[in-house]
Amino acid sequence: MDPLEIAVGLKERFADDVLHISNFRGQVGVYLKKPHLVEIARLLHDTPEYCLDYLKDLCGVDYMDIKMPRFEVVYHLYSMQHGHMLRLNVQVSEHSPDIDSVVDIWAGANWHERECYDMYGIVFNNHPDLRRILMPEDWEGHPQRKDYPTAGPEEEWRGFKEVERKAEEFKKYQWNRKKT
Amino acid sequence: MEQEKDLKTRELVINMGPQHPSTHGVLRLKLNVDGETVVKCTPYVGYLHRGTEKLAETMTYIQVIPLTDRLDYISSMTNNVGYCLAVERLFDINVPLRAKYIRTLVSELSRMSSHLLWLATHALDIGAMTVFLYAFREREGILDLFETLTGARLTVSYPRIGGVKRDVTQEFIDKTYAFAEDFPQRIQEYETLIDVNRIWLKRTLGVGAISAEDAINWGFSGATLRGCGVNYDVRKRFPYDAYDLVEFDVPVGKNGDVYDRYLCRVEELRQSTRIVKQCIEALPRGPIMAPDAPKFTLPAKDKVLGDMESLIHHFMLITKGPMTAPKGEIYVAIEAPKGELGFYIVSDGTGKPYRMRIRSPSFVHVSALPRLCEGRLLADVVANIGTIDVVLGECDR
Repeated sequence: MDPLEIAVGLKERFADDVLHISNFRGQVGVYLKKPHLVEIARLLHDTPEYCLDYLKDLCGVDYMDIKMPRFEVVYHLYSMQHGHMLRLNVQVSEHSPDIDSVVDIWAGANWHERECYDMYGIVFNNHPDLRRILMPEDWEGHPQRKDYPTAGPEEEWRGFKEVERKAEEFKKYQWNRKKT
Repeated sequence: MEQEKDLKTRELVINMGPQHPSTHGVLRLKLNVDGETVVKCTPYVGYLHRGTEKLAETMTYIQVIPLTDRLDYISSMTNNVGYCLAVERLFDINVPLRAKYIRTLVSELSRMSSHLLWLATHALDIGAMTVFLYAFREREGILDLFETLTGARLTVSYPRIGGVKRDVTQEFIDKTYAFAEDFPQRIQEYETLIDVNRIWLKRTLGVGAISAEDAINWGFSGATLRGCGVNYDVRKRFPYDAYDLVEFDVPVGKNGDVYDRYLCRVEELRQSTRIVKQCIEALPRGPIMAPDAPKFTLPAKDKVLGDMESLIHHFMLITKGPMTAPKGEIYVAIEAPKGELGFYIVSDGTGKPYRMRIRSPSFVHVSALPRLCEGRLLADVVANIGTIDVVLGECDR
């Protein structure tokens, strides 16, 4: 099935949710509002003609000062059976950075959503285990936001001081002493 | 008897990694075990997180290439190719045929080297030491070939946006062909060692089994998915470079266990050899860079020092990046040795990617480790880590 047909079908069915459809270099993207995301995702996954059973990728994008609302969560869907691909760009605002989780539909979304939360601070409702994943658990801030400095925060991470203290403490054991 | 009644068993927490030889890097697993059965498995990643995606946002399209080397450092060539393909698709560049063939050739060499390392370490983890020595011998051969071609053994940074850095030499062609001629016999050697080895079969048959539906639902890709019987290969589904011009088969497993994935990967070694040979035989003459490539490639050093225009061009490319970027977003995936490696690039029309997302196969596969390990024996954890073929540089990015 032509992905453009799926996109148009979605627009007819969810006229209030679908903002617009893009087609760039043969890749079709559907820009969505977030309220009925799970319903739409379930429909795309379960309908035999669509059968978008493979979640290739899920990630966040921060459009600070470029677009309103600020964030987008991007889903790349693929159908193993039919071989068509569709992208969903779901809008998430800065004031309520939360969105419904799709882990129940695609189990593979689990870690992608955790990463998105870690990097952008977008909370996924009903996620089974929403913790930080790449950054340490006590890290402050969300590194991939555009207003987060690339060089990192000025203050050293708390955990690093702890590591240094431990290293100092272990010096008394003289690990690297040469054997006599 | 009295005493035995009072004996109580309790769950034990074992911390495996981050410094553990069989975790292939810095993967940490927290394992709750009841006797020898794993009750709960919680992977912790991020020890190798270098913020590649964030860094890429501050660099021009050309400068990102060396960053991609450090993702899956076992096969940096395929990462470079994947990134270049994504940028080429964004800029709508047509790569000349010779460059396409060269890229296919080096990608397959890279796949062979990655699979050899996988076979070596996987077998070593399970207890077959000899295979390790055999496979490393051939891997050295491939790395030597890379050295002849690019000057580097691991972080090659050889492909460029619009083609490849330099043409292949006759020496490289001859050596590679000789290697490809010889390699099938070497594969047979590995197979004699473990194919019907009783210990190997005991440790792999039925271990880490997952159904095709589950594997798709979890987002598996590469040989890890094909072992479950799903015929999904990016090289066939979305042909890139010269993959639609060469002939090869995609091996597919049945049971989705560790043994079937082993069979798939070993067969892939054979198919890669086939592709390498075909690429050399069919290698056409012609340019190795796209005609509009000067917009994306740095001019030669001697030109920069003598020619004013080249100097300005060089300066602009380094400071601002290619200035013809269209606005849009693109997702391009390739079949990396580990699975589907995807690059999602959002362009805002400047010379730097506004957002570059790397969809790494290892990240997805590690996330499914609890699904594979829970309820199984502790010893199978090692086999499971080996079978999904993880590289933590790619997982943590």
